[in-house]
Parts: sequence; C-alpha cells; structure tokens
Amino acid sequence: MKRRDFLKLSQAASLAYMINGSPIRTLASNPVLELLAKQTATSGRVMVLIQLIGGNDGLNMVIPLDRYSELSAARSNILIPSTKVLALNGSTTTGLHPSMTGIRDLYDNGLMNIVQSVGYPDPNFSHFRATDIWMSGSDSNQFINTGWLGRYLDTKYPGFPSGYPNANMPDPLAIEIGSRTSTLFQGADVNMSMSISSIDSFYNIVNGTVDPAPNTPAGHELKFIRYIKQQTEQYNNVIQKAASLAQNKSPLWPASGNRLADQLKIVSRLIAGGLKTPIYIVNLGGFDTHSQQTDATDTTIGNHANLLGWISEAVAAFFDDCKLLDTHERVAAMTFSEFGRRIKANASGGTDHGTTQPLMVFGDGVNPGIIGKSPTLPANASTGDNLPMQHDYRTVYSAILADWFQVDTNTMNQILMKNYQIQPVFKKTIDVADTSEYGSDDILGQNYPNPFTKETTITFGSEGGLTTIQLFDVNGRLVNNVLQKEMSRGKHQITINRNGLPPGQYFYKLTNGRNKSTKRLVIAD
Amino acid sequence: MGKVNRREFFEEFIANKAQQTGTTSLAEDPIYNKYANKERPRGLAKTTGTLSKYTGQWTENEVTHLLRRTMFGVTYEDVVAFKGKTMEQCVDELLSTQAKPYPPLNNYQTSTYTDPTGVLLDQPWVNAPYGDSTVNSKRRLSMTSWWIEQMLNQKRNITEKMVFFWHNHFATEYIVVAYAHMMYNHHNILRDNAMGNFKKMVRDITTDPAMLRYLNGYLNTKTAPDENYARELFELFTLGKNYKPIYTEDDIKAAAKILTGWRYRTSDWSSYFSSGLHETSNKKFSSFFGGVTINGRTGTDGAKETDDLIDLIFTKQEVAKFIVRKLYRYFVYYDVDFNTELNIIIPLAQQFMNSNWEIKPVLETLLKSDHFYDMLSQDCFIRTPVDYVIGTFRTFDIQLPVSWNSDNRYKIYNYLRYYMGLLGCEPNLPPNVAGWPAFYQEPDFYEKWINSTTMPRRMEFMDLMLGSGFSAGTGTAIKIDPMHLAKKLPSPGAGDPNALIDFYVDLLLGIGISKTLKDQLKISNLLQGQSQDYYWTTAWGTYLGQPNTTNTNLVKSRLVSLLTELTHLAEHNLC
Repeated sequence: MKRRDFLKLSQAASLAYMINGSPIRTLASNPVLELLAKQTATSGRVMVLIQLIGGNDGLNMVIPLDRYSELSAARSNILIPSTKVLALNGSTTTGLHPSMTGIRDLYDNGLMNIVQSVGYPDPNFSHFRATDIWMSGSDSNQFINTGWLGRYLDTKYPGFPSGYPNANMPDPLAIEIGSRTSTLFQGADVNMSMSISSIDSFYNIVNGTVDPAPNTPAGHELKFIRYIKQQTEQYNNVIQKAASLAQNKSPLWPASGNRLADQLKIVSRLIAGGLKTPIYIVNLGGFDTHSQQTDATDTTIGNHANLLGWISEAVAAFFDDCKLLDTHERVAAMTFSEFGRRIKANASGGTDHGTTQPLMVFGDGVNPGIIGKSPTLPANASTGDNLPMQHDYRTVYSAILADWFQVDTNTMNQILMKNYQIQPVFKKTIDVADTSEYGSDDILGQNYPNPFTKETTITFGSEGGLTTIQLFDVNGRLVNNVLQKEMSRGKHQITINRNGLPPGQYFYKLTNGRNKSTKRLVIAD
Repeated sequence: MGKVNRREFFEEFIANKAQQTGTTSLAEDPIYNKYANKERPRGLAKTTGTLSKYTGQWTENEVTHLLRRTMFGVTYEDVVAFKGKTMEQCVDELLSTQAKPYPPLNNYQTSTYTDPTGVLLDQPWVNAPYGDSTVNSKRRLSMTSWWIEQMLNQKRNITEKMVFFWHNHFATEYIVVAYAHMMYNHHNILRDNAMGNFKKMVRDITTDPAMLRYLNGYLNTKTAPDENYARELFELFTLGKNYKPIYTEDDIKAAAKILTGWRYRTSDWSSYFSSGLHETSNKKFSSFFGGVTINGRTGTDGAKETDDLIDLIFTKQEVAKFIVRKLYRYFVYYDVDFNTELNIIIPLAQQFMNSNWEIKPVLETLLKSDHFYDMLSQDCFIRTPVDYVIGTFRTFDIQLPVSWNSDNRYKIYNYLRYYMGLLGCEPNLPPNVAGWPAFYQEPDFYEKWINSTTMPRRMEFMDLMLGSGFSAGTGTAIKIDPMHLAKKLPSPGAGDPNALIDFYVDLLLGIGISKTLKDQLKISNLLQGQSQDYYWTTAWGTYLGQPNTTNTNLVKSRLVSLLTELTHLAEHNLC
C-alpha cells in the first residue's frame, strides 16, 4: 500500500466496540451498541481541549490529602481546610477543591481520570514559551513551529486544504472557540483549524446576522462585505446547519456569567448537530494568580475558587448535555494549562509560576481513577521549590492519539517525534483476551497463508455499505486500518502487506453494519 | 515581419478569462445577489460638503484617507511624510508630474531561449522589431509585469492610480490588441496624459494602433463603414448615454464615416491615414449636435475630419459631466445623489470645460475639497483587486532582493497579475471595452469586487502572504515579514501592544474598529489570553535583544495570528 493510501485509511478512526469491558458479542442487542454501530458510519470520536490560560494552581485543585501537612506548611495563607476538600469515591489520598462538586460527581460516576504531575524535563516558566511547548509537543529546548494536533490532522487529512471540504470530511478539521491559539493546529503548510472568534460571532453565524454598522456609506459597504464574508466562509454553512439541528438540553447549564460554559454549549450543539470535526479547543483565562488567589478570610472562595467552579459547572453541564443528546459515548475532554504553580504561596496571597500540573480527562471512554501518586512535597517548601514531574505531557498526548483517535504506532511516533509510553487514560477499544468472539467464516474467513511473512489474503463478506477491517496487536492497539470502504453486498478478498510489523500474534476485526467478527493471525519471519 | 498567431492568442484568452470572476459568474452567485445593492442605497447619511477648500484638521485620519484614495495602499512612510505638510502641499505633491519610467525589459531569456531580434537579458525590447509570435507573447507578459512594477514602486503620486483609471476607461484587452509594442505604446498614451489634457488623449486614442485593432478601426473603410469605434467613442469614451436628448444612431454612422481610412503599420507601430479608403461625403449630425455638418475632405486632408469630429464632441457639456462623474466614483463614492450632482459634478464639469479639458485642475479641486474630506466620504470605497494586492505589498513593505534581475522580478509580478485575475481584475485584460463593471454598473458598482469566489480568495491571499509566501519559480519565497512593519512603530514601540494594534489598524483597516475588539484581538493574540500587557512587552523586548530562532518565533507566531485576524476583517477591504 502506498503511504498516501495508508494515511487515507488511517483517517477513519473507528469507534468504541466495547463498553465497560464487556465483549461486543454479548451486547449485540444493546441499544447503545446499535447507536455506536450507527455512528461508525456517520461520525467519529471527539476530543475537547479545555485550555486554562495563565498557569493553573493544581495543588489547590487536586488536593493531595496524603501530603496535607507539607501543604499546610507551604501555603497556609491559601490552604483549603481539609474538612472542606471534596472526597473522591475510593480515594483516600486525593480530593478536589470545594467548588468542584460537578467534577467530583463525574469522578464518582466513573467518568473521569486524573493524571498527576504532568510536565516535561527542564520546564519553562514563561507563559508564551510554555504555551508553545504544550501546543507544539516539543522538548523544552526544541523549537517546533507546528502543533501536535496540526501534525495529527496533517496525517489524517493529507493535502488539506486542497480538496477540502469533501464528502468524507465536509466539516472543519478542528474548531477553536474564543481565541486563536497560535500553533496548536498549525500543520506543515497551513493552520488546520477554523476559528470562531467569539461567542457573538458564533450566534451571528447561526442567525445569519452581522455586527451593527453605522448608517453611512462606509457602514453600508461594511455590512455588505460582512454578509458576503460570513456567508462564504468555508465552513459557516455547516456550522449553521449543525447548530440548527441540535439544541442544548441539560438543565445544568448556568444561566450566564460562565465563559467556559458558553463555549462548551456551542461545542455540544455542534457535536450533536452532526459535525464530523474531531477536535475542539475552548479556553478560560485568569489562572495567573500571583496575588489574591483566595479570599483573605475564607480560602475556599475567591478568584481561583470562582475559576474552578466555572470549570466544574461547565464540564458537568457539558457531559450531561452530551448524555441527553446521545453523544456522550464518543466525546472526551481534557483540561490543561501552560504550567502549574509554585508549591509555596507568596505573601500576596497567591502563587508564582511553577512546573507540573494534574490533567483532568473526562468522558465515558476514560479509565476511571488516578494515574500516578500525589506529588511529593518537601516538609518545608521554600520559594524555589517546584513539583517534580511524574508523567511527561506527551505520554498523555500518546494516549489521546493511540487509544482515543486510534492512530497507529508508526504515525503516532512521527506526530510526537519520539516513541512515548502511553498512559492508560482511556479504555481499550478491543478486548484481546476475548478469543471467543469468532464469527462465522461467511463473515470473516481465516487468512491464508497463516502464519505469513510478507502478505496474506483475507476473505470476507459484506452486507453492503461501509466495511472496515482493522489489525490490532496483542495489546489491543490498532496497528493498521486494512480496509475502510463502501463495499457491495457479497464476498470479497483483500490482501494485507506485512508493512514492517514485527513477528507475533495479531487480531483482525471486521465491522460491517451490525456484523462484527474477529480472528487471529500470526506473522512469522 | 512575422505573423501573429491568432489561435495562440485565443487559447490564452480562454484560459485567462475563465479565472476572472468580476462579471459573468455574478448572475449565478445567490449569496452575492442576496446582499448586493438591488437599487441605489437609500436613507444613508450622506455628505452635503461642497467643493470649497477643506480647512479642517489635518491629522493621520485625513492623511490616510487622501493616500488610500489616490495610491494603492498606504505606507507608514507616506503617512509620516504627509503629516508634516499641509493639505495643499500634499495634494500638490500627489499631482506633480512624474518622470517617464524606464521601459519593459527582456525578462524572458533562458539557457534555451534567446530573443530572435537580439535583445539581451535586462534590456528593453520596445525599440526592437516584432520578431515572432513566441517572443511577442513573452513581451506581452513582460509589459504587464513592468506595469505592476511601476505600481509597486510608485512614488507619493497619483499617477499609477490615474493610469489604471484610464486603462479602465479606454479599456483594451491584450489578447485582442495582440502586439506587445502596441500595448506598450497605448499604455504610454494613458500614462503621458494621465493628468494632462483629456481632449488630446481622446484624439490620440482615436488613431492609436492598439485601439484601431481593438475596435476594428483599421477595418473601417468607405465601402463598408465599421461603427464599432464610433459607437464606443460616444458611449464609453466621451459622452456616455444616460440622458436625454441624446445623440442618434445616424450620428454614430456619420462619425464612423469620418473615421474611415485609418490604418496601422507594424514596421514602426504608427498609424496612418489612407485617403483612398476614406469616405469623403459631407457628414450631417442631429440636433443634439446642433444639426451641424462636417464637410467631407479629400486626400490627406481627410484625416482632419477626425479633428473636426473630436472638436464637435467636445462642444458638449455631457462629456465633462460623464468624465467628472466617473472620476468622482473612482475617488469618492459610487452613489451620485442629488446634492452631489448639484454641488460637485456640475461645478467640476464646468471647471473641466473652462480649463479646456485639463484633468489636473479638476483633480486638484476635488482632492482639496470639503466634500472629499468629509467623514461621510471616508472609508466607503471597496478596494479593487489591484489595490488589495499592490497595497498589501506596499503596506507591509515587501521588498524583492535587490540583486534580482528582471527575470526573477517579473516572475513575482507575473504571479501578482495572475492573483489579481483570481480576484476579478487582471490588468490588460478587462472583460470588454466598457472596462470592469464594478466601475460603472448600477446599482451595485464596486460591491461586485466582493462575491462568493473573490471574498475567500482575498483572505487566502493574506494567508499565503502571512504564511509560506510564494516564489513563482524564483527559488525565494516572497512573503510578509511581520516584524518588519512592527519595528517601524516609533515610541512607545511595538512592545506596547495597544500602540501596536492601533498602528496596524490605522494602516490596514479602512474603517476603525472598537476598543472592545482591539482589546479582544490584543488579549487573544498578543497576550496569549493574559490580561497584563507586559507579557507581550517582555516577549518583544527579548526578541529585540536577542533575535534567535526561539525568541523570533515567539513574537512572529503571535503577530501572524494577529495580522491574520486583522486582515480577515471586512474592514480590510475598505478604504
């Protein structure tokens, strides 16, 4: 297969075939599975990134109860009283800031994963540079002018923007709301994202209105150009259509005043309205809390508490909305900031720029729980002390690429420029322990030859329509999208090239409408 | 003397025309048709200012307005220069006579191609013989590239905008004119008379070989008079047609007979009068022309009938009103309402006639008038494709390597020619003899520049120039250096994000934007979502102190992002 074709095939991220660890076969009549099967043909997974601008104080958000005395010593002036810390179901070591009841509920319901102490070696303390590092996926001393998601989209949608939109991808590859983040979606040649500059401009698009202009010749022409611009901007029509097909449903959405919720309301509508856009980024500013991080007399309220409350309220409403709109199975979200903050509070009732931070990942697809331990704190932290790194941020990016978007290993290594460990943030998409899932040979025949060294042929049946065959390694990781194509009804054959895969045992899986079948094959030298 | 390959011209014609969008596709553009004027704009606050001399404030706002309307785009240096002068000094400088530019060059010599007439690389071809159709094709592109070079390198002067005005007025298509030498000589009539005498220009154009070819004058003969040129001479070049009583069809026939006998030579690219082909009868005109008769003349004197015809046309005040209205629409606004007709058009037309058809005094009166500087006359002009492309180069001060010869330079200019075509206005290739409809067609006029095809392309042009740029085969990417313009900002300098955004807005946007939007642009682009200005100030200072890759790209990526948002605003299309 040519690399280009290969990349094209890799575009088609498949869906969660497995729910809560149960093998698919037993779920054949489950309505959730039917929904998923439907979605396989029409849409894919979505990742919503929530950027917390300014450097979020992770220690007051995800609170290490098992390090509470060190924490008290370091930041008594902003310390959250242990009695007020929200307990997490099943955890004695970790709690949440008292304003985050909505997120606490997500955790307790098994819809959240926390990755502790995420950062990178030789951390940078500048907002700009640190943001660029997180956006580009670079090392601290490495300058990369493309974004990690720009590179991902480059491999998934080669050649963009030439030939786009098209029938396979009629929608924006990525949508940024509220702000244009400079490098995240920068591909090798172009920025791959559509930017909706403000909440107002989104509603202008949806309603076909433009900002008011004076009743003068200049205003007359300005309005004319704005209309033409709005109506001809490449993706405005699909945005308008998607927004018209779905309304927000959750009663949890705050009435007003929560900027993050306002953005996530839009995202939820667009996902439910059928946009195939796989990535969204929204943001909330104000985390640069050098002073007055908390109220002077009550440390559970104040600036940082408000911010965390907004996140909690917005994220909880968002996932409730997704549930009510039946999109929750395929939506995940993750918070991140350019850095965490210092262990020791300063005398202004705030914290200065720090290093690592906890990441919060949400959604039905995440492995519930906490990855890593509470950060180690010195007994008496000094001003210069920082949180040591437990997890490189790119090990989380790997999880998003490999386990959420099902990017094959080689492509992922190219995107991240190194081979990173994959944090178990997400559930596996195929249960390789389940060898009982052998379907009829009419649906999926045994490959021949087997074992093989160079190439092998698979016979399979299709009822017509979208038919996919994927190859997984023994760890359940997708290694090759063998086929993703509209097929006619009947018997077909496809030949797989080894494509440099190491010898060993693999699984190949066919999906066609409700038919699914998995068989084992062996590659030998 | 070789022969022009008509087939080759025709094919080139089709290829180029298919890219142009200003005219034919609009009928099938539902978005355009929904939002463009369907009638004259009503109920707008309009200026009632007159031609009396403007005595109001002379700030950056007025300076920029004057520069934008009289040149292609505005540069920081031009604004600074004009702020230090009076309004009258500025207009006088803009209207001063320019030296004639050095002619177009052989840019087309390659390792496998040399000019068959012996013109060397970087040498003018305009005095060399025709050669053959291959070299002629190359010279035609050379001629347009050369013209684009004049636009890019314009001094603080109105000449280039006037040359383009006359190109649109006496529109010819290079595909039809066919001969590169004729294109160049025709262009020189426009350039030499750009601010000179209109009557003389009309006389020159009437027997200009390019025009004789373009409107079949060279086929006009006593046995079969061809009315093509005579009709356009009346309707498009001098008298116009939307008034009554008006000239008659018989007047056109009479004029066509007067113009019989003109031919051109390809040996020296001149025209000549062939008396044997001339219709010598007396030509009687309608009551519109006072029922006068132009007596037929014989022999070489027959040519003088052409002068008689021009004299007759220029007895009519309609000529003055027609041209003045067109100038008004080119420099102020397309909607000529009752007050404008009364206070501007009629008095300017009177001045035009009184000055014996001198163009410069009319421009001077208009550009120094209260009416021109009225706030309501500002920011309402939709930038032409030429203005958009050339203006981008000038405002961002995009310079080509000084070491480049014409080979590389013209490659870049040729790409700009192509892009102007994509935006609906390729110089030397108007849709027809009427010029571009955006300059004359009621009721939407220059709204035509902005449609479903061209609006995205305008933004793509900015993306291209702010991104990878283009090299057009030169091996060097030509693009915007975002720091270059920012560095020109005087104290407090580009480290002040508010001053920087004001600076960009003043140079790039035709109409200002709100403080709220400026703050939003600042925060989301320059401050990375932060609220404190010093984050940008520090980054810029660090870059200036140590412009290594990391520090450079830190500010560059943010400037590119800011400039992308600014130039994608509707306001960037106004001036």
